[in-house]
Amino acid sequence: MYKQECIAMLLAGGQGTRLGILTRKLAKPAVPFGGKYRIIDFTLSNCSNSGIYTVGVLTQYQPLILNSYIGIGSHWDLDKKRGGVTVLPPYVRHDGGHWYLGTANAVYQNIEFVDQYDPEYVLILSGDHIYKMDYSLMLDYHKEKAADATIAVIEVPWEETHRFGIMNTNLDNAIVEFQEKPREAKNNLASMGVYVFNWQLLRKILIEDEMDKSSDHDFGKNLIPRLLEEGKRIYAYPFRHYWKDVGTIESLWQANMDLLHDQPELDLYEKDWKIYSVNPNQPVQFIAPNAQVKKSLVNEGCQIYGSVENSVLFPGVVVGEGSVIKDSVIMSDTVIGKNVTIERAIIGEECTVEDDCIIGQPGEGQEEITVLGENVVTVKAKNIPGGVEINIENCHEFGCCPNGLTKQEVIS
Amino acid sequence: MMRDVMGIINDTDIEHKLKDLTRVRSTAAVPFGGRYRIIDFVLSNMANAGIKNIGILTQSYNRSLLDHVDSGKEWDLLSKRDGLFILPPIFRYDQFTGNLGDVDHYYNHMDYFTRSRQQYVLISSSNVVYNMDFRDIQQCYEEKQADIVLVYKNAVTEENNNFRVLSLLIDNNGRIRDMAASREKKLSPAVALEIAFMKKSLFMQIIDDCIARGYRDFTKDGLIKNLEKYRIFGCEHQGFAAKIDSIHTYYRHSMGLLNPEVWKELFFRHGSIYTKVKDEPPVKYQASAMVSNSLLANGCHIAGTVENSILGRGVTVHPGAVVRDSIIMQKGQIHRGAVVENAILDKDVVITPGKQIRGEKEYPLVVEKQAVI
Repeated sequence: MYKQECIAMLLAGGQGTRLGILTRKLAKPAVPFGGKYRIIDFTLSNCSNSGIYTVGVLTQYQPLILNSYIGIGSHWDLDKKRGGVTVLPPYVRHDGGHWYLGTANAVYQNIEFVDQYDPEYVLILSGDHIYKMDYSLMLDYHKEKAADATIAVIEVPWEETHRFGIMNTNLDNAIVEFQEKPREAKNNLASMGVYVFNWQLLRKILIEDEMDKSSDHDFGKNLIPRLLEEGKRIYAYPFRHYWKDVGTIESLWQANMDLLHDQPELDLYEKDWKIYSVNPNQPVQFIAPNAQVKKSLVNEGCQIYGSVENSVLFPGVVVGEGSVIKDSVIMSDTVIGKNVTIERAIIGEECTVEDDCIIGQPGEGQEEITVLGENVVTVKAKNIPGGVEINIENCHEFGCCPNGLTKQEVIS
Repeated sequence: MMRDVMGIINDTDIEHKLKDLTRVRSTAAVPFGGRYRIIDFVLSNMANAGIKNIGILTQSYNRSLLDHVDSGKEWDLLSKRDGLFILPPIFRYDQFTGNLGDVDHYYNHMDYFTRSRQQYVLISSSNVVYNMDFRDIQQCYEEKQADIVLVYKNAVTEENNNFRVLSLLIDNNGRIRDMAASREKKLSPAVALEIAFMKKSLFMQIIDDCIARGYRDFTKDGLIKNLEKYRIFGCEHQGFAAKIDSIHTYYRHSMGLLNPEVWKELFFRHGSIYTKVKDEPPVKYQASAMVSNSLLANGCHIAGTVENSILGRGVTVHPGAVVRDSIIMQKGQIHRGAVVENAILDKDVVITPGKQIRGEKEYPLVVEKQAVI
């Protein structure tokens, strides 16, 4: 294989349990976002735009959609003669082999993959975050500091520090202490889950960590503290732009809403840093004579006859006459009938909302986001109370039914 | 599927029928329907019918077209066997005699026909917007035991054409008895869409016969003169089909897409229409956006008013700007307070603040590429 200076290992095996029914059938990195994208598009596009063309994508949980989505990486310009994108699921080996036991173990199991390229540096990334970042600048910084490892950090509000891995740094940005989800943080610089390592050092430490039976084999929890103990030079790389962990329904909804400001922090329209994705082939969207669309993102193939406000619509969504969609995210190919009201909701792919339904009905629970999983049909004039989560398994409890499937097929 | 058929798209017509829009590109490469080029329709129809070997005969102004079709990957034509072939015009200075007829173009690329392994050819002009199942043509060919099948459409309304249309006289059995390319006189409501299906060997023979006699026009010399000799039948296309041959027809048929029935038929009837992908984000509507009865392609940014219009990819309409009854192509920028009415703006046109651009419904104003007004 050809030597590469730096390759990326992208951790995409997470389930994202707190996304509930949205990750029932797909891994968190494959969750749709922003009217067009899947979460992993941001990391893959960052790699491509940063000139990092060798990317190993580590998959484990529900990889079917993710695998077919990534394909050979051509959509992100990652189909290269040398390198390119390689999907790396766990595999069987002569002594049995096993699932990825943690983020560090996942990379450990693919040491041979990395060794093929004999890189100086390895970039460890996660497919769970929404952000635009030039990794090549971080790599320059890593070299400039002559660091053994560099961790990208972002300032988070002090009251949220308990949700993150917090870095305590000296004036030169060298990390002196690491606190994983601390109760009382000494600093508010959170790890973004983006690391640059000198490969030979990482390789050694991964093998040592693997031997340690008490370890959880996690980068944040085990590897970084181990490197600090050994007195290695670890630097924080401060990042000052938009970055969001969309780990919960609420934060996923909020990150979508963040895009709707007139001047959003995350600019999807920047010509020099496009976010690539698999483009569905749909004609231009149609906005009917009496329709109203404001403060929204609407993708191709949509047909809008009603009113859409402060919402994100994926390709091929139909909004019928007299319907009002507000503060909501509607995923691909969902058909909404006439005189429907939808507020503060996330509606999954290929749902059918029949005429006169109300979803996210005001009242108790409306502060919570209402979620319809994929392929749910809400029958005519149904009221769906705010804050519930409906998928094809529990939809009968709410008087809904699955799209195009009989009940029997759902149970089996 | 039509795997034994090769597709030929004839884009050699060098008349600048769409005026400024075709100054540096052929009609086939003119943007249409927000995100498409006119050639996408015939190319997608062929791909959807399972045709795997497609040749495009281009004219010398072909940069825009080549950039658009690229490797043919978007139509699934990037293939080790067969695929998309670009057949550029071949001029030899020592024998240059002015404009070449399409027969000369075909003859210059005879090698391509000889080497292709398919038995049949489907030849189409490049400037018709339609969604058709081409398998119907082959079916007609077999049913009628025809030598040649031509696709036609019954023109319902009298179209105000500046150019000649090819009208047909068809007998009860579907056989074509007369054909005439005329501006005024029509033989019947049947108008040929310039799509022909025949055996490859017959096609090559007709080309050879024309060349031998110094004929250069495939339709007039190859078909009309042979109405008795060959069994030429008509196959009616019953759906929407629009031949784009003037600014007027371009504007009228573009605006026709604002009828949801036409939109659905054209884009979904027999399969999808494919085009070059641009990785644009979804359309962004700001709080001040007022959009009605319009089609918008991705990457648009709307803060002003848009009515009865078609916006291409990446168009920006600033607050207080008004776009009415117009077609704005890729990356147009309409600044604050500007008004655009009954106009066709080619790519990259900038209308500066407060400027007003107005055409007439019957005579839309065309603004050339990259103009700043």
